[in-house]
Amino acid sequence: MPEAAALFELVVLSGKGGTGKTCVTASLAALAHEPVLADCDVDASNLPLVLNPQPQRRESFTGGLRAHIQSDRCSACGKCQEVCRFAAIALDGPGNGCVPRTYRVDTAACEGCGVCEYCCAGHAIDLRPADSGEWFVSDTRYGPLVHAGLHPGEGNSGKLVMLVREQARQIAAATGRRLILMDGPPGIGCPVIASLTGATRMLVITEPTPSGEHDLERMLALGRHFGVPAWVCVNKHDLNPAMATHMERHAVERGATVVGRIPYDPEVTAAQRQGRPLVEMNRGPAATAIAGLWQRIRAEGSVLINVND
Amino acid sequence: MRIAVASGKGGTGKTTVAANLAVTLARHGQTVAYVDCDVEAPNGHLFLKPIPVGEVGVSRLVPRVNPGQCLRCGACARFCRFNAIVCLTDRTLVYDELCHSCGGCVRVCPSEALTEVPHPMGVVKTGVAGAVRCVSGTLDVGESTSPPVIRAAKQAAPPASWVILDAPPGTACPMVETVRDCDYVLLVTEPTPFGLHDLRLAAEVMRTLHLNFGVVVNRADPGAPETRAWCEQGRVPILAEIPDSAAIARAYAQGRLIVEALPGLEPLFDQLIARLGAEVHREIREEGGVLA
Repeated sequence: MPEAAALFELVVLSGKGGTGKTCVTASLAALAHEPVLADCDVDASNLPLVLNPQPQRRESFTGGLRAHIQSDRCSACGKCQEVCRFAAIALDGPGNGCVPRTYRVDTAACEGCGVCEYCCAGHAIDLRPADSGEWFVSDTRYGPLVHAGLHPGEGNSGKLVMLVREQARQIAAATGRRLILMDGPPGIGCPVIASLTGATRMLVITEPTPSGEHDLERMLALGRHFGVPAWVCVNKHDLNPAMATHMERHAVERGATVVGRIPYDPEVTAAQRQGRPLVEMNRGPAATAIAGLWQRIRAEGSVLINVND
Repeated sequence: MRIAVASGKGGTGKTTVAANLAVTLARHGQTVAYVDCDVEAPNGHLFLKPIPVGEVGVSRLVPRVNPGQCLRCGACARFCRFNAIVCLTDRTLVYDELCHSCGGCVRVCPSEALTEVPHPMGVVKTGVAGAVRCVSGTLDVGESTSPPVIRAAKQAAPPASWVILDAPPGTACPMVETVRDCDYVLLVTEPTPFGLHDLRLAAEVMRTLHLNFGVVVNRADPGAPETRAWCEQGRVPILAEIPDSAAIARAYAQGRLIVEALPGLEPLFDQLIARLGAEVHREIREEGGVLA
């Protein structure tokens, strides 16, 4: 399938939160030719706030199973609490005539493994599908956007990220679009790994602060671990130019490619307040820098795409 | 008193608030433990600069197959809800990275062919920064589940009259794991559309978990009318507003605490502590009142 081979999946990540992932992604969405957009930050999805999406499709997301104890059948023997590895069972359910209190599952802590169900002698426990969130396919003026909202406090964000990516791939295949642009979540854990695995490139947006430097190091290690080459861009580089230069050099030593740097610019927040990608406002040093960043990415990335043409 | 410092959006200033709060409490003569629960991106140590005291590995249990005893019956693979075990005709394979360590496979195995062995996933470091006892959890790169490391970091916290937990961003399980047994949660936000959007989500988690919470607005100039209006409407107290200042950003970029680099801003954290104390005691009184 030559089309599938030519698909370019670019994920924007950072490790540390608040470095400007969404701002950059929104602007790249405006600059790119016919992208499919995906917001993989499913527990704090912000890309829709600057792309004015018109929802076309809305589906609920069943993240997995949760144990449920039927209090009328519970003898309060405590076996379920004893075997649960997730501290998800407490003796604070209602009484049932035989016992003054029954066991109850804390659904926020339950991982749906089924061990309690297996061990319950009274067959008082069953596993039920959990309504964990919803996902959308929307139209934006820059292309289709797949986004999602995990219900607050839910787990299984990695599974929802996989679903968002799969939908984006299907849309790309159906519409002949060859670039999937993904806004990733902060951190290096489950939803980040789900966003990163199998991506063509990751673009790491960082900042020249001790936290930014520390988290960039871990992000690059994660990229190497999963075999995804990294592009790096230091945002607000003028906050500490010496540190920015040091971080760029360090990133190159780690095998990454530096594709741009963005200066601090109050227009970034102004654009966010207006609910628009920064480059749409087309003024100020940050917008200019992001346009340059995109030129560089296109030059680097077109080589990769053309190989498969 | 267990206080979590959390936020929906990343980069709003959780670590800034938590670390400055911890140091200010210590200056007030309180015993304080600071626990970095943002185990995917732990940054508190960069500001508190603790002198290392100890370090313990965190591991989770994963099954190992004893091929001599395995009947290849597939009971373990059928039981596993996380697709971490595959039973082939000639061997049984375990994928450690998919395993949730529930122990179910060991229970269902009819031939006792499975045993559990520790799989390293992170580290918890302890240290002292002046009068602040520090604990910091770090998830190994490539590991996906942070809650066990968060639990280990919380358990390693020494007894103190104030335990300050620096939470990971977001609203999913790592954040819930951090805040779930706290007396009060400070939600740090910034007056931007992203900040307010994610504050609302974080507040929803607090309500779902029946946790008492208040807000700290960071980079609060030139005013945060929408955030203030939202807090007033939901009767959520704003306990502090940290100004948007180049001096604070510079201090942060140098890895310095506000209360050390900018002594003029110390009263801001004194006031935060006073309000926090009043809020927590008010909640206790009110809950006591309901029970009585």
